[in-house]
Amino acid sequence: MPREKLEEISPAEFFYRNREMAGLDNPARATYTIIRELVENSLDACEAFNILPDVRIRLLKAKPPSTYEVLVVDNGPGVRASKVPIAFGKMLVSSKYTIRQTRGTFGLGGKMSLLYGQITTNTTIKIVTKPISSENEYEFELRIDIERNEPIVVRSRKRKPSKEWHGLALSFCFLGDYPRAKWRILDYLKQTAMIVPYVNIHFVDPDGKCFVFKRITSKMPPPPKEVLPHPHGVDVELLSRLIKETRAETLLDFLCKHFHRVGERTARKFLDSFGLDADADPKKLSDGEKALLAKLMREYNGFLPPDASCLSPVGEDLLRGGILKELNPEFVTVVQRPPSVYSGHPFIVEAAIAYGGGIRKSDGILLYRFANKIPLLYDAHSDVSTKVIKKIRWNRYGIDIEKDPVALVVHICSTKIPFKTVGKEFIAEVKEVEYELELALKACARKLQRYLSKKRRAERHKKRVSMFEKYLPRIALFTSKILGLEKPPDTAPLLRRLYDAREGKKRNIR
Amino acid sequence: MLERERSEILDEIRRFARGIYEQLVGHEFPRVSIPDRSTSNIIFDPQKRHYVLGPKRTVRRADNVKHIRSFTNLVWVAYYVHNLVKAGKSSTLRDVYYSAEAFDIKFKSQDESDEAISDFEAILNIPRERLGIFPEERSAIFGDLTIEYTCAGYEGQRLNLTSHPDGVMIGPALATSNFVSTSAERVIVIETGGMFTRFVEERVDKKYRAILIHTAGQPPRATRFLIRRLNKELNLPVYIFTDGDPYGAHIAQVIISGSANSAHIPDLATPDAKWLGVWATDIKRYKLPSDSLTSKDVERLHQMMRDPRYQSSFWQEQLETFLELKRKAEQQSFSRYGLTYVVDKYLPEKIRELERG
Repeated sequence: MPREKLEEISPAEFFYRNREMAGLDNPARATYTIIRELVENSLDACEAFNILPDVRIRLLKAKPPSTYEVLVVDNGPGVRASKVPIAFGKMLVSSKYTIRQTRGTFGLGGKMSLLYGQITTNTTIKIVTKPISSENEYEFELRIDIERNEPIVVRSRKRKPSKEWHGLALSFCFLGDYPRAKWRILDYLKQTAMIVPYVNIHFVDPDGKCFVFKRITSKMPPPPKEVLPHPHGVDVELLSRLIKETRAETLLDFLCKHFHRVGERTARKFLDSFGLDADADPKKLSDGEKALLAKLMREYNGFLPPDASCLSPVGEDLLRGGILKELNPEFVTVVQRPPSVYSGHPFIVEAAIAYGGGIRKSDGILLYRFANKIPLLYDAHSDVSTKVIKKIRWNRYGIDIEKDPVALVVHICSTKIPFKTVGKEFIAEVKEVEYELELALKACARKLQRYLSKKRRAERHKKRVSMFEKYLPRIALFTSKILGLEKPPDTAPLLRRLYDAREGKKRNIR
Repeated sequence: MLERERSEILDEIRRFARGIYEQLVGHEFPRVSIPDRSTSNIIFDPQKRHYVLGPKRTVRRADNVKHIRSFTNLVWVAYYVHNLVKAGKSSTLRDVYYSAEAFDIKFKSQDESDEAISDFEAILNIPRERLGIFPEERSAIFGDLTIEYTCAGYEGQRLNLTSHPDGVMIGPALATSNFVSTSAERVIVIETGGMFTRFVEERVDKKYRAILIHTAGQPPRATRFLIRRLNKELNLPVYIFTDGDPYGAHIAQVIISGSANSAHIPDLATPDAKWLGVWATDIKRYKLPSDSLTSKDVERLHQMMRDPRYQSSFWQEQLETFLELKRKAEQQSFSRYGLTYVVDKYLPEKIRELERG
């Protein structure tokens, strides 16, 4: 019997082999993904420190052909010098292993991008950072040892900053295709500016064209708080890890210390209802008992729902502002639903409908989707919101969703977005999310309906009045001419009566 | 047009205008009452044996956005007609449609201006021909009849209607002229131009002492008006010779009993006129070359069988025969027996039959 050869591969190697998972499968897609990942890392860093984000991106043609150099500079908190090699040169290291709403979860995408750049161009990564808490500026040149998943510092330097700043500047080369990625990138930046209206983005493309998205507000939504995991969202893996790390000596203590919204009373009630020993040592649970405990925690409905303080929705005012800025519609209505929960994960749905003005429409539904403040650009047809939109009977609201100049905006924020695939592009059909989306969109639709009927009424009235303005004087003129009179009777008093009359208010004006 | 009649018409138009003017001066949205010309108000009068308008009226109001345009159109037509009558001139329906533009009155199509004219006729109860407005298409007349013009510039001039072998056009001048003298004993109305020319060439007017009228399809109102005058004023029997198909039968019927479209106009029908042929039964009797009925023909025949104008046993028999034979025949189909057969044989036989009653 031949022995199977087991080969251990490093995380770095694993990720390189599976780079299509991260959207790096071809040069055009990679160009878009790299910019997107770097922008999102910058935004997350700024928001965590409550800094109004300012992101500058520069994409340059490099040698040989099809090679580009990307440079992204932000005004975030920067990275401490001692952490730089690990933070940028080692996979599966992240500042984001906590339960709160962020754009990425593991900071994987950014590092995947660096790895992709190194492999396609065999060049190094250049990093300049000025940490917010330090007086010095640090410059690094790094390379990733793919087989050993280790950073190699090629060069590093400490110096006094030449100007007042803090943040991170990062640049590297990669194999890309800007012409084919251009519209996708601009779309992405525009939509980001819409959902993050307090960001300034500068993008200079390889042709030297500069695209600027300016913030319209310096108000930021409160940053998301970190919270403990909710018992409904627990699996055996998480439970085992927590048990390994805990200092709690009893099951009761363990539940109270490590889970969201579980106090002594709740914990005791839970344990009693299943006849579990509150004083048992959690570290002594067998694998089977751990699995059972996780199952009971998921299914028990006596836990309080998770609270939404760990979420950071955009908020109705900011979202309205972002939409007005980027779409310039004549009307917009925004609805934020109260927090809800699916499988132990809190989430909030925000929706908006914009109408007319700068919204140009070819046939079909115009939908902007966002999850945790990132635009979702691919696979709209598979998304739960598309399903909901198709289910709503828009004609009841006097809206032709295919033909009217209507743009729909949906934003879901959660500690765990129920993405259907690893590609982070569309959201699965989760019953609770569907329900909230439907209510939010219908509430928007009702407001648009009210606006439109008011507008149509006003237009009708105007059109009616203009008909009378046009024809009444002619009736006066021709009858006078038949009678051989010089001056036709004045129709102004009759017209004045029409101006005052509102539709349906005056019986004699039909 | 006689001076007296003209001033009467002008008075009527001014009365119409004054009604509207006074409402405007009193700061009221004007309204006018118009005889209802919708089908529900068109009634077949068995006594008069033609269509008439019932007593219903509608009100057109200038404070209704749905009426304001047609109200203005109506007032403009009144103004246009007033000028026309005052100047003693005439114009066609199409002229009216085009003239409107100069006054920034925009008719969507000629149908709309025709509609406004029909409304105005109904209000004044005066046919548009007397207001100087005629249709574009013209039919022709030939035969020994001397007329005297009454139109401006030709008053008193006379013309014998045999003076031109193509026939004399029936236009406004002819329709309003007076009849002076005739040797004719009957009027033959012919649907197609080919048959009319044959009749002129074969001297039917002399041989059968007939006035020949070419309708060119469905006859215009001026022609129907003239046929009625020949029948009433000169006491001449009228025979109508059309193709042997539902369309031809209906040309005859409109001359005899009037059409729903002009039910508001008196003095257009000639109830004593008779359909000479080609009858459905003639197709069998003369073994005429024939074509099959189309599905549209059949549908039309079924409609006609329910029409109050076709309820006599004669008409019912003819319509049924068409449906039985499933065939139709043109006037020209007599040519199979030679070009003069229709004049030498068919015509005298049929006239004899009809005159015997």
